[in-house]
Amino acid sequence: MIPALTLLLLCQLAGEVIARLLSLPLPGPVIGLVLLAVGLTIRGKVPDNVRAVATGILRNLALMFVPASVGIITQTHVLAANGLALTVSLIVSTIVTMAVTAFVFRWATMRANPGHDAGGDPRGEKEAG
Amino acid sequence: MANVEKLWVYLAETPLLWLAITLTAYTFADWISSLAKRHPLVNPIVIATGLIIAALSVSHTDYKTYFGGAQFVHFMLGPATVALAIPLVDNLSQIRRSVIPISLALVAGSATAILSAVGTAWLFGAPHNLLMSLAPKSVTTPIAMGLSETLGGIPSLTAVLVVATGIFGAITVTPLMNLMRINDPAARGFAVGLTSHGMGTARAFQVNALAGTFAGLAMGLNGLMTALLAPLLAGLF
Repeated sequence: MIPALTLLLLCQLAGEVIARLLSLPLPGPVIGLVLLAVGLTIRGKVPDNVRAVATGILRNLALMFVPASVGIITQTHVLAANGLALTVSLIVSTIVTMAVTAFVFRWATMRANPGHDAGGDPRGEKEAG
Repeated sequence: MANVEKLWVYLAETPLLWLAITLTAYTFADWISSLAKRHPLVNPIVIATGLIIAALSVSHTDYKTYFGGAQFVHFMLGPATVALAIPLVDNLSQIRRSVIPISLALVAGSATAILSAVGTAWLFGAPHNLLMSLAPKSVTTPIAMGLSETLGGIPSLTAVLVVATGIFGAITVTPLMNLMRINDPAARGFAVGLTSHGMGTARAFQVNALAGTFAGLAMGLNGLMTALLAPLLAGLF
């Protein structure tokens, strides 16, 4: 567990160092993510201990959102003053983004495989979701 | 009574109390969520946050004191972001097969997420730091908070907006995709993962394993794409 956690922290550290030295607009952990992904791809296999620790952390990802979310108590004045703008913006943006993404994905899939229906059958009524 | 006061002075000074309360609230919230069979409306983050805010207000504790304890949990967001490399690597063969739809939907979706959120709030005349807080709202919290800070937003407000986007997307994906008659699980999953990060991904896995895989992929890729696009696009406002 400790070697795997050390690997994650070293990737993050390397990411922070690179971001600062090169003044990149990317957060350090994102660069760390890329470094680890490249390293694992070159190695060709995810070591079992790294997989175990990563899975354990990601399974409880929701926990790590909690302290930041409690930070809402420091933002009540901002929310009170701009509640309508924020609410409308979130609703519009979430729906439009989901629709555009799914639409482009389906369009590109159908263009890449002409004649192969990617599930966009207008009569398709069977629905699992 | 003097002992009780001494005890409170001790507890108020160590990170132990609020760290323990954070973990307890989360454990309880996660239990409630599993009882509700992971219904999208019964969100463990929302429940845990509500319980902690109640404890803070009853004990007249400010956020700075709370964060003194909770920072240890918060710190794990960094390694958690790095850990997202594992599902990304796992799905590499899937990614290679759908590289064109993934790339096009990624660029279109990521730009739409940033421009539609910032643009709508801009029309309402929201101040600049609010617009910058909204720009990264579709990506997973560790990336979103880092970006918010870089852009000149308010990271803790961004965290709240990220959670709200996650919950709203997870609730609306199924009816919206049905309405659009998009039945391909890859397209459905990719859309919800891109829009609503981890919460959307969790929702997609509840419906279909392929949808979940593409949602996780979209979450990871949009984290990177937004980190590249947000500084450019948000600069327009």
